[in-house]
Amino acid sequence: MATIWNSRQFGLGFIVKLILVGLVDALGVFVILAAWRAESWWILGFMVLALAAINYTYFTNRHTLPLKYILPGLVFLLAFQVFVIFYTGYIALTNYGDGHNLTKDQAVASLLAQNERRVEGSAAYPLTVLLRGDELGFAIVDDSGVRVGTADEPLQPAPDAVVAGGKVTEVPGFEVATPQDVFSRQSEIVGLRVPLSDDPEEGSIRTQNGATGFVFRSTFAYDEAAGTLTDSVTGTVYTATDRGQFQAPDGTTLATGWRVFVGTENFTRAFTDTQYSGPFLRVLTWNLAFALLSVVTTFLLGLVLAIVFNDERQRGRKVYRTLLLLPYAFPAFLSALIWSGLLNRRYGFINQVLLGGAEIPWLTDPWLARLSVLGVNLWLGFPYMFLIATGALQALPRDIQEAARVDGAGPLRTWWSVTGPLVLIATAPVLIASFAFNFNNFTLIYMLTEGGPRFADTSAPIGATDILISMVYSISGVDGSAPKNYGLASALSIVIFAVVAIISGLGFRQTRRLEEVL
Amino acid sequence: MATTKPVTQTRRRSRWFAELGWRHLVGVVAVAYAAFPIVYVMSASVAEGGTLTGSNQLFGSVVFDNYAALNATKFWTWMGNTLVIAVVTAIGTVLMGAAAAYAFSRFRFSGRRAGLTTLLIIQMFPQMLAFVALFLLLLNLGEVVPLLGLDSKLALICVYLGGALGANTFLMYGFFNSIPNELDEAAKIDGATHTQTYWTIILPLVTPILAVVGLLSFITSFGEFIVARVILQSEDNWTLAVGLYGWVSSLLDANWGLFAAGAVLAALPVLVLFLVLQRYIVSGLTAGAVKG
Repeated sequence: MATIWNSRQFGLGFIVKLILVGLVDALGVFVILAAWRAESWWILGFMVLALAAINYTYFTNRHTLPLKYILPGLVFLLAFQVFVIFYTGYIALTNYGDGHNLTKDQAVASLLAQNERRVEGSAAYPLTVLLRGDELGFAIVDDSGVRVGTADEPLQPAPDAVVAGGKVTEVPGFEVATPQDVFSRQSEIVGLRVPLSDDPEEGSIRTQNGATGFVFRSTFAYDEAAGTLTDSVTGTVYTATDRGQFQAPDGTTLATGWRVFVGTENFTRAFTDTQYSGPFLRVLTWNLAFALLSVVTTFLLGLVLAIVFNDERQRGRKVYRTLLLLPYAFPAFLSALIWSGLLNRRYGFINQVLLGGAEIPWLTDPWLARLSVLGVNLWLGFPYMFLIATGALQALPRDIQEAARVDGAGPLRTWWSVTGPLVLIATAPVLIASFAFNFNNFTLIYMLTEGGPRFADTSAPIGATDILISMVYSISGVDGSAPKNYGLASALSIVIFAVVAIISGLGFRQTRRLEEVL
Repeated sequence: MATTKPVTQTRRRSRWFAELGWRHLVGVVAVAYAAFPIVYVMSASVAEGGTLTGSNQLFGSVVFDNYAALNATKFWTWMGNTLVIAVVTAIGTVLMGAAAAYAFSRFRFSGRRAGLTTLLIIQMFPQMLAFVALFLLLLNLGEVVPLLGLDSKLALICVYLGGALGANTFLMYGFFNSIPNELDEAAKIDGATHTQTYWTIILPLVTPILAVVGLLSFITSFGEFIVARVILQSEDNWTLAVGLYGWVSSLLDANWGLFAAGAVLAALPVLVLFLVLQRYIVSGLTAGAVKG
């Protein structure tokens, strides 16, 4: 319709569009092919849908005009914000984490590989260590010729390889490792396992000295129909459990498991396991108190300063304002790190210089640490509130204050009954937003105290100044400080979602901002 | 009033103090409070020895050893990474956010109200809360396209862009609404396409909000820690937030001078942008944005 006509009129725009969408299509097709190879059906599905939507939107002209403007942001929003929220919900229902990182097939393959032994009396192959960049590989010579493989690529015939004196001396695509290479990477080479084929039960080639290779085969045998793994050396039969592990009759389990659905177990664990439930409630309480007190203290200080600098007769107001904005303009993560140095017990500026050498444990005593966190957040947050309060004060209609004065109200009374409530109403949405922001103010907590000092009554990595998000970060184990537990961490994330949703819902109902905005 | 009454100099002075002078007193105290950590870090960055203890005497020595020592670290790599990530994210955020705000502000289509409400709700859930899922998503993506997997700056930018619509569309939407519709109508009558109207008429008029959103996005990704820490794993790809945190968390005392010099340099781009765009920011913030 109209836009077809427009496209023709606007030739340059059409060409630009063609090129841009063409590029996106090319990238998309590349990803689809890669996803096909890697058998990642979710990614493949998303890309097919996204590409279809993009081409439909930009090359047909029925009802897609608004979407032409929304789609670019929408694709990213769906993939990296909406999807991950639902994905969090999914992970929360599984036992994903250390010991349960793999799918069942991967876990079986890994267990078979872990328990390989040299096949007694099997042939020894002349072996050459290969290098492809940093990756190690093996080349062996057997009756059929040369075969080459790496840890990820099973042995394949390499007819182009050059053999001299019974040993491989040249392989296209690889470099033959020098004796120095072999010596310096000895432990890696001894640990390297080059599979004979895609089937893990067929075993692999390994070497002890970098010159001779032997066939290794697993002492475990997997029976897919029965779901059992049998150790042929000890005769133990391990049975797959619904907890995602192989279990022997005597109750022992194999360390490598796979992820399974565990229902709401992660949620009940957070609230009932003594390792987590007690600290969890303390963290939640502190989190709410921290967010609330942060808003109150920063707002009060900002408001007081705004009142002080709201007299038009005062000179230099602009200078004061600019200087007072410094803490706001300075990157917050740097400020928090600087404060962690200032508040250091032994060497910090506060203790050493301002307090004459006192060793006050600002960041290592539970209550002082909480106080310090609030104090630092006051420094970080008051300039913003100062800005907001100044804006609100200047927007106040003057006649209302006049009216209060005429009615005989003193300055305090005017403030308490007229100006104060008006400012509060004007700034309420900002206060709620600030509460929500501080509720998840991970950077401040983590940079200043890392959530510490740690609680003494739990082995979980949770401390006195931890807020929910920093607690989730520690529990997830992504920083390596604790065993990985994605399931439990995701469940706790969902709890935060719920708390944020409840608070924001209450807040929005109060201010009716929704109606205003729409 | 003061001029009509005959008052002595002291009384005039005390009156001046009661009305205005004390405000200066409060002002000086407040400025000292606001500025002292920043003065301190500047002093620490030029202190000799570069330890936390040695930094306590403000400007006791002025040497630039700490700055020179940065060259032997990965600091400038991190600075480059951070700037690339923050600038690309800011540009992408402005482009995508402005386009979406334009659509919501100018077109009437079914699902418009629902879309706005959904964005408002999504905006309440910051991306970082889902960092575990983001980590696992990129772990899987990386097996398909390594460029979009873990330890890739491009992947981090994509993740940040995922938050572009949720965080900024509303701020922009309100501003777009304040541009009178008659301008579009006039352009349409003159034969302009919607694309031309958008690029040549609307965008120049909303430059202030574009600046604010761009700056806020820049500052947010500049200082973002949790997602950057989870995604960027090798030291060469780190951002300043991840790298400088590492210096302070390990060997705080010994690395302090190095950190202080790094902090001063790292804060510079943000401070400069802030001062240049201060006017826009103040008006944009009073419209309801929160620093992230």
